[in-house]
Amino acid sequence: MLKHSPALLALIISCPVIAMAEVPDAERQAQLLYLLKHDCGSCHGMTRKGGLGPALLPENLHDFPVEFLVTTILDGRPGTPMPPWRGELSDADAQWLVEALNRGEGL
Amino acid sequence: MKLSENKQVIGGRPPFLLGPFALFSLLFLVYFSGVYHAANAECLMRGTGDLGIVIERASGSVQVVDTTARSSLFRVGGLGDLSHASAVFSRDARYAYIFGRDGGLSKIDLLCGSLEQRVVQAGNSIGGAISQDGSLVAVSNYTPGGVKVFDAESLAQVADLPAADTDGRLSKVVGLVDAPGQRFVYTLYDAGEIRSVDMNDPEKPEVQRFRDIGRLPYDALITPDGRYYIAGLFGEDGLAMLDLWQPQQGVRRILDNYGKGEEKLPVYKMPHLEGWAMAGRQVFLPAVGRHEVLVVDSDSWKEAGRIAVHGQPVFVVAQPGGRRVWVNFAHPLNDTVQVIDTLSLQVVHTFKPGKGVLHMEFSPRGEAVWISVRDADAVQVYDTTSFMQLAELPVEKPSGIFFTSRAHRTGL
Repeated sequence: MLKHSPALLALIISCPVIAMAEVPDAERQAQLLYLLKHDCGSCHGMTRKGGLGPALLPENLHDFPVEFLVTTILDGRPGTPMPPWRGELSDADAQWLVEALNRGEGL
Repeated sequence: MKLSENKQVIGGRPPFLLGPFALFSLLFLVYFSGVYHAANAECLMRGTGDLGIVIERASGSVQVVDTTARSSLFRVGGLGDLSHASAVFSRDARYAYIFGRDGGLSKIDLLCGSLEQRVVQAGNSIGGAISQDGSLVAVSNYTPGGVKVFDAESLAQVADLPAADTDGRLSKVVGLVDAPGQRFVYTLYDAGEIRSVDMNDPEKPEVQRFRDIGRLPYDALITPDGRYYIAGLFGEDGLAMLDLWQPQQGVRRILDNYGKGEEKLPVYKMPHLEGWAMAGRQVFLPAVGRHEVLVVDSDSWKEAGRIAVHGQPVFVVAQPGGRRVWVNFAHPLNDTVQVIDTLSLQVVHTFKPGKGVLHMEFSPRGEAVWISVRDADAVQVYDTTSFMQLAELPVEKPSGIFFTSRAHRTGL
């Protein structure tokens, strides 16, 4: 069914790179947004305006390369309380989270 | 602006209907004083010693609860971003002061279920305290880093204490508590410093500084007698302790040998040093980055044991009397609560209330414990002797639970 969906086809054609990186499915995306809000939110704020950790609003992030942010999520920031989330999050999960943060998704 | 936007009576009589004059008066107050006032609302005629509040962290509201009936009385909304929120009570235990993430300081009337006052006093805040005499409320802020002090009655600002380090940079402030002698004590996260401020003359706060206490102090607590102030360190091993009876002795490091050379686990949620888990001479503390509760002898301040637990502890709290210590855990093991017997230092009970156990609060004399279960949208009440569940209340994304018995305890 899905592979005949014109919307999905359009998405694949318009975003070939992301499509190849195994975008988390809708259920996983919902889990990631929940994690972002409630667990990342305990340090960065549920509205991403910061707390013990820095603010994660689009304007706070756009100066950082995507790869740097993905690495920060997966490997943490030694010397700070930011823990590594690798093991719980896949590369594709982290990639999608950074894109969601940059879009301000779920705010 | 209608009352119902801020207040919802839960399971009670229908809300009082406002007459045209009352509505006009209310609008007048809202528009011209900036104050939400609900003098005409239906208020309860009863004591408040068995009341409390539960934070609904995602909806910017609190529920006022009755710990005797194990029921909810009111929902009070319009409190802003409560993603990290805490509360203290006026000494008459009628009002709760709620400190929100967005710098909001809100004063709630527990008997009327109303928002009495609200000021947004900073961009980003973390917690607060009420002074020994109940006249001042202090808030600790991340942005701009510092402490602001307010009149408890009017919420008018009486003092601003920026947390500037020696280079003038503002530091985030954590671990703000009240202390005897009309003091507030707090810790500078970025600067690694403890400050104690004497507020006897609110016009002239006298700040004492204790520098180089260690790297990244993340939270602090004060003993119930108001003597020892202890800050937990994230950036290095051990804790920083200040004896407020002998402040001239300065800050000393305790438990600095704990965990030396051992690899810490990633910390998915910072432990909270709230309250004081004390049983006889023994103090129970969460270990940072380890699946352990630390036991410290409060005479020598040396390690007296380590208790292996289910995950990384977040709250380690003694039930009133200190017979047992209850522990919840960081993500991803936050579905579980463990109970430690303080005589045998053994875990005597493990149970799983559900995913997202965020806080635990005991009834004033400890026969029951209320537990926030975030993902279940519920607060569960358990008997602390039999461990049987007694009640469950629907609460939207509950986090902190605060009962009015805190009104008469130093440091809470």
